[in-house]
Amino acid sequence: MITLTGKSVFGGVEIGKILFYKRNSRQIRRWHVEDTENEVIRFENAKAEAIVQLKGLYEKAMKDVGEENALIFEIHQMMLEDLDYLESIIHIIKNQQVNAEYAVATTADNFVAMFVAMDDAYMQGRATDVKDVSERILNILAGAGGTIFSLDEPTIIAADDLVPSETVQLDKEKVLGFATMYGSSNSHTAILARTMNIPAIIGLGEELREEYDGAYAVIDGFDGKIYIDPDEETLKLMKEKQAIDREKKLLLQELKGKKNVTRSGQKIHIYANIGNASDVGLALQNDAGGIGLFRSEFLYLENNTFPTEDEQFQVYKTVAENMAGKKVIIRTLDIGADKQATYFNLPHEENPALGYRAIRICLTQTDVFKTQLRALLRASAYGQIAIMFPMITSVWEVRRIKDILEEVRAELRTDGIPYNEELEIGLMIETPAAVMISRELAKEVDFFSVGTNDLTQYTLAIDRQNPKLDDFYDPHHPAVLAMIQMVADSIHAEGKWIGICGELGADLEMTETFLKMGIDELSVSPAMILSVRKKVRETE
Amino acid sequence: MKEFRYVITDDLGIHARPAGLLVKEAALFQSYIKIKKGEKEVDAKRIFGIMGLAAKKGDEILLTAEGADEDEAIAAITEFLKANL
Repeated sequence: MITLTGKSVFGGVEIGKILFYKRNSRQIRRWHVEDTENEVIRFENAKAEAIVQLKGLYEKAMKDVGEENALIFEIHQMMLEDLDYLESIIHIIKNQQVNAEYAVATTADNFVAMFVAMDDAYMQGRATDVKDVSERILNILAGAGGTIFSLDEPTIIAADDLVPSETVQLDKEKVLGFATMYGSSNSHTAILARTMNIPAIIGLGEELREEYDGAYAVIDGFDGKIYIDPDEETLKLMKEKQAIDREKKLLLQELKGKKNVTRSGQKIHIYANIGNASDVGLALQNDAGGIGLFRSEFLYLENNTFPTEDEQFQVYKTVAENMAGKKVIIRTLDIGADKQATYFNLPHEENPALGYRAIRICLTQTDVFKTQLRALLRASAYGQIAIMFPMITSVWEVRRIKDILEEVRAELRTDGIPYNEELEIGLMIETPAAVMISRELAKEVDFFSVGTNDLTQYTLAIDRQNPKLDDFYDPHHPAVLAMIQMVADSIHAEGKWIGICGELGADLEMTETFLKMGIDELSVSPAMILSVRKKVRETE
Repeated sequence: MKEFRYVITDDLGIHARPAGLLVKEAALFQSYIKIKKGEKEVDAKRIFGIMGLAAKKGDEILLTAEGADEDEAIAAITEFLKANL
C-alpha cells in the first residue's frame, strides 16, 4: 500500500480505479502552407467554433455553479478575441507561411511566458487560462473537441492539474473524486470541485505518478489522503468511514425538501450559520431555509487592511443572490476578544471578553462601521438581507445604531443608489443585560437572535476556554434557559420573531424545549440542518 | 486628446475580471484608448495587454483617448475605474 498526502479541498470517501488524465500532449508539427489566406480562414473558423463552445460552457456553468464560477468562460472568450493574440497568430501564419496549429502553439507559448514572468502569483496562475483557450483551438483544428473525458466506470481522476473547461465537462455520475499534483485551494478546479460536491485532494506533488493509472485506490477527502492498493485493514476502516458519510447523505436524500414541522403541526425555520461566502454551497446542499448567521469577520480577519466597501458589497451581494430570495442575516463586525486583526491596533486587555469588542468598536470607530453598513445596504437591493448587531447591552446603543443607519440611508438616497427599504434589523442577545431589558429592546428592532455561547459564558461567569471549569459548565443550565424564555416572551409580545444561532441551537436534546418556548428559527452549522429537521419532525 | 490619471484602490489590482470588464467598456468607443503605467503603454481594448500591466493597488495609471468620441470615452472609463478599481 502506498499512502499519499495532499491538501483536502472537499470531504468524502470513495473507492475505485484511478484514471491518470494525460492532457493531449500531442506534438505540434510545423509545416509549410502555400495558401496562407485559406489557413487564416481555417484558424478563424476554429476560433468561431471555440467561442460557441465557451458560450455553451458559460451557460452550463451558470446553471451548475453560478455566475462567479462561470465568469472565467467569458474571460476566455475575451482572450480569444484579444487583438494581440489574434494578430500574433495571423502574423505567424502569413509571414512564416506555416500551419495554424503551429501559429497558435507558438503564440500560446509566448503569452504563457509573459504571465509566468510576472511577479504576482495570481497573474502567474493566469498562464493556465492561456493554455486552456489555446488548447481548445488546437483541439478543434485537430478535429477533436467535445468531451475530453469519456468514462466507462466510476473513476478517481488524477492529473497534474485540471483547467475549468476540463472539470466542468465531467460526467459527475462517473467521477468519484479528484487528485491533483498541483493547484491551490483558490484554483478554478478546487472551487468547481467543491461546488460539484466531489471529494478532492490537491497538491499531492511528484508522489502522484502516472504509473498509478488503473490502480485500485481509496480517496479520503476528509484527511487529504490517497491509499493506493490499500491493505485490508485500511480498506475496512475506509469502508466504515464511507458508510457513515453515506448514511448522512441518505438522511439528506430522505429529508431534503421536507418541511420543518412537528407531528402536531408546529413549524420552525432552520437556517445555516456560515463564516464565509463559499459556505453558501454547503448551506444550500443541506437545504437551509436561509442564512441565520453570516459572520462578517472573515472579511476583516483574512485581510491586512480594512476591507473596502466594494469588496464587502461584492461578498454580501453574491451571498444574497446565491440564496435567491431566501433570508440572509448578516452580523456586523464582531471582532475583539478571541478574534483579533492586527491592523485594528487593539490594545492588550486584561479581560478581553468584557472589553473593547464588537458593537463597542463599531460605535467608537464609526467610519469602519459606516463602510460596512453602506456595503450591506447596497447589497440589500439584490436579495433578502437582514442585519444584526452583536454584544448589545443598552437601548441607547440601539438608537445610536439606528441613527447611523439612517445617515447611511440618506447618503445612498442622495447618490441615487438603491437599497431595500424594508430591510429587517435585529439584535444578538448575548448579555444578561440585554435579556433584562429585552422588552424595551424589542420595541426598537424587527427580531432577536440569541447567541448562546456568549450568553452562557456571561450568565454563568465561566470562561469556556478554561478546561479547569468544565465541571462547572452546564450548557443546559436553568438560568440560561430562563433567559431564553424571557427574551422570547419579550419579542413575541411585540409581535416579532426570535432565532437562536449559538451552538445550543444545534443541540438535539434542546430542540423540543425550543419548540415549546415558541422559538421561530434555529440557525445551525450546515451539516446539522437535516439532523435538526429530523428531530423536529419526530417531535409531537 | 483627453487624459485622466487614476490611482488603483482595489486590493487585487486589475486582475482578470476587471480587465475583462474594462475591455468591454472600451470597446464601446471608436477612439484609440490607451492605458499607461510607468513606461508601459497598452491598448485598452486588448485584455492581455491590460493584464500584462499588472497594475496593483497604489499604482498610478494614465488613461488617454483620441478620436471622435474621446470625451465620452474618457468620461465613461473614468466612471468605470472609480466604480470598479
